[in-house]
Amino acid sequence: MELSIIALPLVASIISGFFGKFIGDRNSEIVTSLLVTISAIFSVLVFYEVTVNQYEENIIIATWINSGSLNVNWSMKIDALSSVMLVVVTSVSALVHIYSIGYMSHDPHKPRFMAYLSLFTFAMLMLVTSDNFIQLFFGWEGVGLCSYFLIGFWFKKETANAAAIKAFVVNRVGDFGFALGIFLIFYLFGTVNYSEVFELIPSITDKKLVFLGIEVNAINLICILLFVGAMGKSAQILLHTWLPDAMEGPTPVSALIHAATMVTAGVFLVVRCSPIYEYSELALNIITIVGMSTAFFAASVALVQNDIKKIIAYSTCSQLGYMFFAAGVGAYNVAMFHLFTHAFFKALLFLGSGSVIHAFKDEQNINNMGGVWKKLPYTYALMIIGTLALTGFPLLSGFYSKDAIIEFAYLRGNTTGFYAAGIGIFTAFLTSIYSWRLLFKTFHGEYNNKNIKIEETHESPFVMIAPLILLSIGAVFAGYAFKELFIGYEAANNFWKDSIFFLKPLSKDHPPFWFLILTPTLVILSIPIAYYLFVKNKRLPEQIVTINKPLYNFLLNKWYFDELYDVLFVRSSKKFGLFLWKFFDLKIIDGLGPDGISAMIKKFSIKANKFQSGFIYQYAFIMLVGFSALLTFLIVK
Amino acid sequence: MNFPIISSLILLPTIGAFFLFFTRSSEKNNNTVKYVALFTSFVNFFLSIYLWVLFDQTTSEFQFIEDRVWIENFINYKVGIDGISILFILLTTFITPLCILSINNSIKNRLSEFLIAVLIMESFMIGVFCSLDLVVFYLFFEAGLIPMFLIIGIWGGARRVYSAFKFFLYTLLGSVLMLVAIISIYWITGTTDVVELYKIGIDVKYQNLLWLAFFSSFAVKTPMWPVHTWLPDAHVEAPTAGSVLLAAILLKMAGYGFIRFSLGLFPVASEVFTPLIYALSVIAIIFTSFIALMQEDMKKLIAYSSVAHMGFVTLGIFTLQQQGIEGSIIQMISHGLVAAALFLCVGVVYDRMHSRLINTYGGIVSIIPKYSVLFMLFTLAALGLPGTSGFVGEFLILMAAFKDNFLVAVIASLGVIIGAAYMLWLYKRVVFGKLLNNNLKQMIDLNKSELFILSCLGIPTLFFGFYPDPLINTIEVSISDLIEMYNYKLVSKF
Repeated sequence: MELSIIALPLVASIISGFFGKFIGDRNSEIVTSLLVTISAIFSVLVFYEVTVNQYEENIIIATWINSGSLNVNWSMKIDALSSVMLVVVTSVSALVHIYSIGYMSHDPHKPRFMAYLSLFTFAMLMLVTSDNFIQLFFGWEGVGLCSYFLIGFWFKKETANAAAIKAFVVNRVGDFGFALGIFLIFYLFGTVNYSEVFELIPSITDKKLVFLGIEVNAINLICILLFVGAMGKSAQILLHTWLPDAMEGPTPVSALIHAATMVTAGVFLVVRCSPIYEYSELALNIITIVGMSTAFFAASVALVQNDIKKIIAYSTCSQLGYMFFAAGVGAYNVAMFHLFTHAFFKALLFLGSGSVIHAFKDEQNINNMGGVWKKLPYTYALMIIGTLALTGFPLLSGFYSKDAIIEFAYLRGNTTGFYAAGIGIFTAFLTSIYSWRLLFKTFHGEYNNKNIKIEETHESPFVMIAPLILLSIGAVFAGYAFKELFIGYEAANNFWKDSIFFLKPLSKDHPPFWFLILTPTLVILSIPIAYYLFVKNKRLPEQIVTINKPLYNFLLNKWYFDELYDVLFVRSSKKFGLFLWKFFDLKIIDGLGPDGISAMIKKFSIKANKFQSGFIYQYAFIMLVGFSALLTFLIVK
Repeated sequence: MNFPIISSLILLPTIGAFFLFFTRSSEKNNNTVKYVALFTSFVNFFLSIYLWVLFDQTTSEFQFIEDRVWIENFINYKVGIDGISILFILLTTFITPLCILSINNSIKNRLSEFLIAVLIMESFMIGVFCSLDLVVFYLFFEAGLIPMFLIIGIWGGARRVYSAFKFFLYTLLGSVLMLVAIISIYWITGTTDVVELYKIGIDVKYQNLLWLAFFSSFAVKTPMWPVHTWLPDAHVEAPTAGSVLLAAILLKMAGYGFIRFSLGLFPVASEVFTPLIYALSVIAIIFTSFIALMQEDMKKLIAYSSVAHMGFVTLGIFTLQQQGIEGSIIQMISHGLVAAALFLCVGVVYDRMHSRLINTYGGIVSIIPKYSVLFMLFTLAALGLPGTSGFVGEFLILMAAFKDNFLVAVIASLGVIIGAAYMLWLYKRVVFGKLLNNNLKQMIDLNKSELFILSCLGIPTLFFGFYPDPLINTIEVSISDLIEMYNYKLVSKF
């Protein structure tokens, strides 16, 4: 049963990818959805076994790379951590598969799309169930590949292609750090298996390495390198630029890959490696700082964007930042909890926005929407649930996980912890504002679309609404239902056990009361504020924009990261390439090498040619000169 | 003495070529000619598979040795194989029939002569990988040049003569020095028998010079930076089948030479010059990757990427670690499959549109979907995606390099990022995007033989990506013993 969780999506992908033409569109949709759903059911069973019966297993499927002292297996490790990921991945994936049947109904390439989705699910499962770093890397690149395929799914769109390549290459930058981290681990321990590596970590806490004359602590270096990989995959600041562009892909893809599963792989990596990170204060602080910067940065950008999917994409980026700083303050289980709840409400929001886009016939600009809440009642209600859960409205899932992150940051008791808590609260407020802005501009106010009449907008079919309803149940109850299990006082002993390592047990104190109610108050207050700003008095935001034009442009252009990278990396690489080719290879190497030599020989032979003029008097003259020179030489000597 | 299986492997293609020699080449009997060549090379392929079955993986001793006196007290015709050679022999016998099969309409002129060149080259290449005498090795090594020179010079494109001469000049220059070195070895030790030389070793005071002489020949053939500029030109002008042979097999001779001779005969010098190799490899990886990024000609782009890939190979060999050398060999086998396939992919569209320029194409995915899928597979293998053979090699090499030298591994890993950029960008510009060029609409998808050839290359690419054990097991003992011998000689200084 365990193996079939991984195998079924692969089988689905092969059937739909290679035989989709023969079995037809509808059948490949049914087959893929069905197999992934079965896989999801099995995952839930495994999760149940793990929680109730303390089930743990490390299945070796086959050998992979066996070279000298390096032994890598294809494996499946089941413990609390991977079972949570199994549930998240397969259940969201199954719902997205079903949703796609409706969403992609007008697309001519359905089997291909379904095959990619299933293949992605397979790669993601390989990633989360690995028992070693190299299989993790396999899954890591595999999900990146599927993300590349799916972002560029509409291959005729130039922007989609560019976004796909950007996603892959930026991720490769992260993978570069990740791979170096793996090399370093292998160098230090001679193995890449989690259990063996984690066992040896305490023995090298004082080991120093010298790199380019700088002495660094080995564990710090490992942690930072692995984190670079995590930053790439989870779109943290500096390596985040690919995620908003990735919205070029179909919306179900954004929900599955760029919200619920793939982008959380970085968080998963950090949590999985908690036995290493616990020994590196430095790396944890870096993670906290990067996490909170991303959370704030992305939220600030999301405030002014107009593309419905980009807003949610930046929101994802921001929430991933939360997860990271949760891990950074040592609250790995809270990070996992937020990952878990986030998967539901963010997938819900994305799929909901997909439903809106579907209703408006591929319109994504929220300025061209509005006033349709009566026309799309289900979508509207479900989007409200998603928004409430995301903003952390009391008693919904985001409330439990996000507030717990802020509390644990506060309880960490060091400077970065306090900063993180402060920024976390402020960002929660921003999150609330931009989320409600999106909702109000999309559904309330006047109808602003000039291309299609309001009568033409229509609610989505049942096959799209049903997955939304299931997700909304998760968005409402996942927090309350799993709170004890994930982040309760005894969660570390009862549930997570060896899968997460805490060097020092998490603080069991409570923050002061005012602190506890601060975030929920802000979140609730922001609803009327947003309503006033974006529905009642629309002039006010416009005035704020005109007064703060430079700031607005700065945010609208996403802090100019893309422009900066374009100059720094893209253009300079091209220039450098041209220089090396046209100047170095052709002028210098060829010019001095083969071409130069052959030219020189030609020149010499032309010169030498002139000696053989065929005139006897010239030959006689040269003979005479030579003879007298020789004679002089002999006499003088 | 048993059945001389190695000599049969070497001779069989030549015998096939001999038969072709007597067939008059005309449009009419082109098919007959092709079948003869195909049959010969297939038989050879099965023979080599049989050899692999017989091969004993548990020892690093040379097997199937044939030793005959050629010139009394000077040269013996001595051939034999160990784990390192056999994979290259298999690669050669595997690629050649596919290569012959791929010639459909691209070569109409003098087909039988072309096939003679291909078959003779196969003979020579197999000879290179199994000769155990320096002189015999040298003869095969250099003779391999001639058929390739002819293939480029006769059946090549517009600038074929320039390219052929550039190719010839470069490679010959290095070879002359190697010949001098081989003669010196004979003067110093009194033998050119490799097995014997492994045992007695070569005096340390000569090693540096001898190493450099061998290096100059291998570096050109690898090709290493900065003597790589012949390769793009040669590839661009060569016909598709020629490019395939060049990339898949010819480039592997040098990598094999480094392992067999530079490491085996001159350990002390190899240790001395390792920094040089590292530097040149890293420069090759980074520089040529950047250059590949800017190419407008598909074949040139793949040629430059080959240089970068071979940079990984040389890097891995000189890490002198189990993972490094095994990685290098897997990388060479993988590159043999993938580069061959990529050149064939270029050949497929070239046959239809007669253009190798990237900007001729774009948006062909919906017109030729099968082609696009296979081209994607090889693109991914070229950029080293896990699950393809390209990953296993590259990852092992970098892992070993990291153990030896952080900085080198870090810079070389950067090449992996640029590698992804140029391959995906190439693919995007050729296959995706809007269909702007209306002529492309008439393109037909892969025919049966093209599909067969590319699948034959694709299946092992994937298979060894998921399960490289058959490769690794074959070479494991030979390499660990080679490293042991190397380290032993290093300590005892001979």
